[in-house]
Amino acid sequence: MSEQPILEVQDVSKAFGGITALNRVSLHVNAGEILGVIGPNGSGKTTLINCITGFIKMSSGRVMFRGKDISWKKAHKIADMGVTRTFQIMRPYYSLPAYKNLVIPLFSPRAKRTGGWRGGGKLGDRNTVSIDILEEIGFERDSFVPYKMASTLPTGYLKRLELARCLALKPDIIMCDEVFSGLSMSEIASMVPLIERLQMDGITLIMIEHRLRELFQVANRVMVLNFGVKLVEGTAEEVMANEKVKEAYFGSQEVEEVMTYA
Amino acid sequence: MANSEQRRRERLDRGIKVRADGVYALMSWRELAYLTVPRLVLILGMLILPLVMPGMYWQRVITIVCIYALLALSFDFLAHYLGLVCLGGAFFVGVGGYIAAILNTSLGLPPVVTIPVATLIGAVICTLLLLPCLPLRGVYFAIVTLMYPLVLARIIEALDIFGGTDGVIGVDSFANRWVEQYAVIALVLLFLFGIRRLVNLDIGLVFRAVMDNDQAVRASGMNISFYKAIAVFIASALGCLGGACLVHIYMWAGISLFALDFSILPIAATVIGGAGTLVGPVLGCIILVPISELLREFGTLRIVFYSLILVGFVVFRSEGIMVYGERKYHQFQKWVKV
Repeated sequence: MSEQPILEVQDVSKAFGGITALNRVSLHVNAGEILGVIGPNGSGKTTLINCITGFIKMSSGRVMFRGKDISWKKAHKIADMGVTRTFQIMRPYYSLPAYKNLVIPLFSPRAKRTGGWRGGGKLGDRNTVSIDILEEIGFERDSFVPYKMASTLPTGYLKRLELARCLALKPDIIMCDEVFSGLSMSEIASMVPLIERLQMDGITLIMIEHRLRELFQVANRVMVLNFGVKLVEGTAEEVMANEKVKEAYFGSQEVEEVMTYA
Repeated sequence: MANSEQRRRERLDRGIKVRADGVYALMSWRELAYLTVPRLVLILGMLILPLVMPGMYWQRVITIVCIYALLALSFDFLAHYLGLVCLGGAFFVGVGGYIAAILNTSLGLPPVVTIPVATLIGAVICTLLLLPCLPLRGVYFAIVTLMYPLVLARIIEALDIFGGTDGVIGVDSFANRWVEQYAVIALVLLFLFGIRRLVNLDIGLVFRAVMDNDQAVRASGMNISFYKAIAVFIASALGCLGGACLVHIYMWAGISLFALDFSILPIAATVIGGAGTLVGPVLGCIILVPISELLREFGTLRIVFYSLILVGFVVFRSEGIMVYGERKYHQFQKWVKV
């Protein structure tokens, strides 16, 4: 791992009117690491991702990516630099077939630069590249699934499609906003190796999750947010042993389960 | 229907499509004909239309149909492939028309030059003026674009520029009426098939993605304003082209180029023809404009009958002629027992 963290968030705050959604949150991620972000509902996890990726403007603070300040850049510029995200509420292009959904990121300037799109001719056009990506992410190549309209796909495939949209850009960082939520146990079980493979490919991941058990399987470090404040950061065991975290999650059955499991 | 619970209508796609829309595996001449005949009917029909018209009056009506068809194409493209409902058809017509008229009268350029130049310059001007509105969506964009032609018309009237209320007089006409007719018909066919092709290219998919979900396009590292501007440029070029042709047909450019007819009739044509089909709006114009001419006999009651016909279409065939026709053409339908 390199000395300098790939992404550094310094004292980021965001206020919506009178409500402070994020209060001086700092974090850093090293290249190739998986950082889990957990916290109760409304604790500012998604706002954090929105601020980092430029989808909303932060009130104060700084985000550094590879030593460069990206705090005030526009969302598409940030994605262009390689900091991509998925959406908690999936945002596929419903009127297009699944494989055509990936033609759009493959058309982007970054994909042209990084070779996500290999350039036509014998190597295939964007359609064939997108089928390749979809196969990689778990769409069966020879089935009808990649050709189905995105509006007819089940949640599991849509979550994969969200990830595939990021992968098409050959990203450095993917911020996953609850990729496990809404999936059945078997779907989650097949998703975990996928996340591990992304890490092996050298992609840094920041994962927002409510499925703590699966998150702790893959995450190197975990950070806990509550009411927009960072409570604690550390390994899964450290975090779960922390009194403040227990308080924030008080009564949550899953935490108790996970703690006995850990 | 006593047995209606036991029976349902089953629709089956005809078997020559493979996998996705627009990907066909042709096995025979019959299947080739299945694909090409509808297109040929449209193309040949449009080409024959001026020849079968009874007189000069109706030939002129066909020309006007084509101008409206360009505007309807522009509206359909923006509304159903980019998600911007643009009521600025009259704005495009006016800008293109005035530029062509001024180029022709003050610089003495022939229509062959003024029309393409007015199209390009007009499209650039329209796009620049609409640039601040591009972040708007839905009804907000519609309201703002509705304002543009009204404002421009008032500016010309108040400042008395470009001939003021008299307009620009003495614009050259086309060489003769056949050139005029076949020029506009060729333009309509060219842009109809051109835009149909465009929306299925990769950049066309980006446009459709912007309509579906602009946030996801931003997350893919693309500047949505840039793609919206390109699409608005294409749409306003179509409108300006229509306006430039129109001034050479009327041999006059005036404030009536900013009349709301040019904004509203294309929308009605799109509704009747079938939204998002591109061919539908052209068919809609071929139906609506002559109907509006036929109804002139009724004098002031014309607008009543016109509205009734429109309402009839919207109530009984709200999907549009083309969507209905495509479904009938591409699918078998039969009643099956459940």
